[in-house]
Amino acid sequence: MALSAPANVRAPSRVGTLIGRAARSREVTLAAVVVVLSMFVWFEAPNFLSSTNLISVTALTAIIVIAAVGEALVIITKNIDLSVESTMGLVAFVVAEMLKGQNIPLPAAWALGIGLGLALGMANGVVITIFRVPSIVATLGTLSIYRGLTYWVANGQEITTSDLPNGYTDPASQTIFGVPLFVILAIAVVIVAALILRYTVFGRQVYAVGSNAEAAATIGVGARSTVFLVFALAGMLAGVAGVLWGIEFGQLYASSASGESLAVIAAVVVGGVSISGGSGTVVGAAIGALFLGLINNALTVLNLPQEWLQVIYGAVILLAVVTDALVQMRTQRAKARSRMR
Amino acid sequence: MSEGKPMTAIEGATVKLAPPPVALVGVSKRFGATQALADVSLDLLPGEIHGLVGENGAGKSTVVKVLAGIHQPDAGTIVLDGKPVLIHGPAHARSLGIATVHQEPRLFPDLTVAENVFMGHAPTGRFGSVNWREMRRSAHVFFDSLSVSLDPTAVVRGLSMADQQLIEIAKALSIDARVLILDEPTASLSAHEVDRLFAIVRQTRDRGVAVLFVSHRLEEVFQLCGRATVLRDGRHVVTAPTSELTAADLVRYMVGRSVSLFPRSASKIGDVLLDVKGLTRVGAFRDITFSVRAGEIVGLAGLVGAGRTEVARVLFGIDRADAGEVLLEGKRVRFKTPSEALRAGVAYVPEDRHLDGLVAGFSIAENVSLPIIPRLFPHLFIRGSRERNLAAGYTERLRIRSTGVGELIEALSGGNQQKVVIAKWLATEPRVLILDEPTRGVDIGAKVEVHRIISDLAASGLGIVLISSELPEVLAMSDRIMVLHEGRITAEIPRAEASEERVMFAATGQNAEETHSGA
Amino acid sequence: MTEDPRPTGGPDALQPSAEVSIAAGGHSVSAMSRVGRSLLAAARMETFLIVLLAFVVWWGVKLSPYFLTWSNFGFSIQAVIEISIMSLAMTPIIITGEIDLSVESMVGLSSCVLGWLWASGVPLEVCIPIVLAVGVLGGLFNGFFVVRWGLPSLVVTLATYALFRGLGHVVLGSTVVTDFPASFTNFGFGYVPGTNVPWTLFVFLFLAVVTVAIVHGTWIGRQVFAVGKNKEAARYSGVRVGALKMALFAVSGLVAALAGILLTSRTSAATPDAGLNFTLAVVTIVVLGGVDINGGKGTVPGVILAVLILGTLKSALTEAGISTDYQNVAIGLLLIISVVTPQLARLVRELVDRTRLGRRRPAHDPAPGEVVR
Repeated sequence: MALSAPANVRAPSRVGTLIGRAARSREVTLAAVVVVLSMFVWFEAPNFLSSTNLISVTALTAIIVIAAVGEALVIITKNIDLSVESTMGLVAFVVAEMLKGQNIPLPAAWALGIGLGLALGMANGVVITIFRVPSIVATLGTLSIYRGLTYWVANGQEITTSDLPNGYTDPASQTIFGVPLFVILAIAVVIVAALILRYTVFGRQVYAVGSNAEAAATIGVGARSTVFLVFALAGMLAGVAGVLWGIEFGQLYASSASGESLAVIAAVVVGGVSISGGSGTVVGAAIGALFLGLINNALTVLNLPQEWLQVIYGAVILLAVVTDALVQMRTQRAKARSRMR
Repeated sequence: MSEGKPMTAIEGATVKLAPPPVALVGVSKRFGATQALADVSLDLLPGEIHGLVGENGAGKSTVVKVLAGIHQPDAGTIVLDGKPVLIHGPAHARSLGIATVHQEPRLFPDLTVAENVFMGHAPTGRFGSVNWREMRRSAHVFFDSLSVSLDPTAVVRGLSMADQQLIEIAKALSIDARVLILDEPTASLSAHEVDRLFAIVRQTRDRGVAVLFVSHRLEEVFQLCGRATVLRDGRHVVTAPTSELTAADLVRYMVGRSVSLFPRSASKIGDVLLDVKGLTRVGAFRDITFSVRAGEIVGLAGLVGAGRTEVARVLFGIDRADAGEVLLEGKRVRFKTPSEALRAGVAYVPEDRHLDGLVAGFSIAENVSLPIIPRLFPHLFIRGSRERNLAAGYTERLRIRSTGVGELIEALSGGNQQKVVIAKWLATEPRVLILDEPTRGVDIGAKVEVHRIISDLAASGLGIVLISSELPEVLAMSDRIMVLHEGRITAEIPRAEASEERVMFAATGQNAEETHSGA
Repeated sequence: MTEDPRPTGGPDALQPSAEVSIAAGGHSVSAMSRVGRSLLAAARMETFLIVLLAFVVWWGVKLSPYFLTWSNFGFSIQAVIEISIMSLAMTPIIITGEIDLSVESMVGLSSCVLGWLWASGVPLEVCIPIVLAVGVLGGLFNGFFVVRWGLPSLVVTLATYALFRGLGHVVLGSTVVTDFPASFTNFGFGYVPGTNVPWTLFVFLFLAVVTVAIVHGTWIGRQVFAVGKNKEAARYSGVRVGALKMALFAVSGLVAALAGILLTSRTSAATPDAGLNFTLAVVTIVVLGGVDINGGKGTVPGVILAVLILGTLKSALTEAGISTDYQNVAIGLLLIISVVTPQLARLVRELVDRTRLGRRRPAHDPAPGEVVR
């Protein structure tokens, strides 16, 4: 009684830890769910795996994945970006507008679009870090301001495929070795972002700031510069998503991409990124986006009423956060018990 | 125990040997009207543990914060290797080799142990990428060298306070700090954990690091430190080798005058009010049995983390018990929320008045009325005059000094804030009052008054449970003392037989022969 | 935001050290000026709003001589009646430090339920109580996850934002119900007999008075502020934090359902898309009204002023021939300006201080007042 064992109990074995950790990780469980669900859908509706269907599912999902990577970065720092959808809409429209009127080469227009996204993200960052406005308020404002800019640019017009260069929407259906181009792009973005988060000093600072901003400050990690960079990156990725949106749809309205902020944030939350900051991965966010995209497509190919889509989205988000809470409660209690022994 | 160099702070700075790695010379710091530090000089030598003691409010924490770069002195200089420096901020202090372990660990709960240790200076490989393998390996080596068994890959969230403190120390040492500042590191550790910590601190000293050890536990200062400095009211009182000091000296230097601390008037002891039988909460405490009578003060003693606050939280309905029962005036109660406990006549003055006791931004009156406001105004609408009169009655009775009950709570001194907390619970007209560290962070004058209030309350027939880490306080105030150790009651000592040694023995779990018997 | 027992001193539990609090407490002189300052800050926000309102009205009058008439005033409020009453219900929620993003979807859901019930032949006197009950249930559903599971309301209500909207689609499909009786649709347009004041203005004024009374006059309001300023201390003081939040979410759902009924009446149409983008406007009004998004601070009169500003601004913009699409930009800009302006003053002050002190004092040297949370 008097002499208790050393306070911390070391894990029994390395392999055991790995398996346990894998089972507990959102990425692995969610990926398993995605696989099982896909198999089920494929079994019920064999045309699910047809290349036309796959390309149509994956194109939109890839766009959401790219935006979700940016959103995940923001949420890991304990902030939120509600303005993604407006950034996507504005970039998509401006790029198309440039191509319609002026004789700008495609790559230049795309680059300008991504640059615009970066600038919009930086504007968010300025309001949040320099003027210290809570991110939810700041991006609530820019959500409507950026959308308003789109209306201003559109000036009551819409852009159709015929206004755009020939074959503008082709990349959306192109594949390389059978893999859709958008998917390759999305995977590249996820890998690069994951590597940055895992292996760069900046990446670790993103987690540090989200986990405990005060502790970060005492070791010289400035929350404000990190948060600013994260919003700039999120804006840039929303810009990329916006460019792809234009390519995917070809038909653009001032209201394009409205409501996608919900889809993006839902993907991030379902993917296991904690809204209270400091934990989660971009891989998780990407799988979250994939999962939600899959549900969307499953309703279509299984001929289920599309009306249920948002109900399922809502239920899935709730399920994800309740699971998180349960797991956390259990580990906390287990640790408390082992400590008392 | 260590080589006490017989020189004072001022002389130390002039000796031509190796200059002290860091010294404060005539440092002053003022917060508004309060002089937190006045002309304080202090030097830290390599390979020496320097104790810094003083009452609450003496300026210890301000010294720590000045050295850690959190505050900048208004006057005086910090001398580093013989050169005056200006420490711009915490990060700058670290880069100068001054590492601080604050009372509350400041870690990243979501990240692993290894990453917490190396955040800010992680080992990098090619292209500047973080080398995780190397980080884990160094953390391992590091913990091994400190003879600590901590898994570097474990996530920090949920680790015990002691482990978190060790991570803080590892963090400090990993930057090759030449100066290590420990601010009350033992405040929330068990005896065993304290021993482990001390071994590591000695080891650090032997590597030639200058250690500043801030504590209010005198026995620790004698165990660990070569020299000790006493502060009082922000002023330097004395610096001397601990071998030339006695505990009595230190206490005299700290308080500067001898005051009779605890005026406990005798009270008539009545019927049993609160009866706790076999109360158990898994992971916190087990089989707690004691009773409190009207007019009686029952002290709950024990080291921090022994489970005293946890017992109180269950009695007040914040946490739920897993087994056992609580009888209030003979009736079995099982509170699910604090509001139920309040209605039944149990009140709890929480340990941390900033976190749990007071609402900053509310006036004195608003704070006092908060627990009873639904009862005070059954017709929903608040009548300001009634609320102010109620509060004014208590501020008068408890002698709370303020410009009026409309004054904001954060404008009061710590002692007066604590009295407002007590007033707030008295307003609920409880039968049983649980006080958790009622004099923590309160200056000596106010302390005496709080003790007078507690004593008066007991005399008026309340049953009082007093939780305190200050042994003299428990001994002087309590009619009976229940001692907890690691979640169990290890002794029940009546007032007449109580002594610091007996309580301390039981609190550290060293009296196997003594078992508790029912009241 | 969790209701769980506080982890025993986690690393993020930042306790101010005892010594500093004494140091800080020692000077009640500056403390008094702090009371003055916070009062001043509140007054400044409302003064700012009144000036803003005056400016908008001045502009409106310049655009149209009829701008400053009762009927136009009534019409301005009528046009924003739904978001106005929803803002009133959102205010105490944000003061407790929570948020309800699902309100706009509840507007849609209640509109759908109303339309579906009416289309299935249920008389309106029965429909309306059922719809209001649905609103309460939806609010309790939010509250359950926030209170019982301790989940962040931002995420919970984001989920129900999708869920409620989806349920609306499920209930009504893609149909739109329009064949409401004139007695019902007249309420949304009608005027109080003998006056040119619309009924809806009365609804708003009534709810505004009730909200001011509850939030600033009763102990319920006091508890709302206590929870927002220090949730733990409120809980220790016997405030039933969970029940309080539950009730606030239920009221928010109820008011959103009422807004759904009013909108259906005003537009004579029940549709799943009812109330789209309302949440944005509601949160904007509350924040513009000076309520701290982090909780603990704010006033209902401020929010009412913000409602009036929004109503008159929209009316003036319409008068100036600016379409609703652009009106949203104006509101977004207003929001950003209202939160950035006070910060701008701080930045300038800091810059001046810094140049004067020659960078001696870093920005994070805490002011004495900061020690008590």
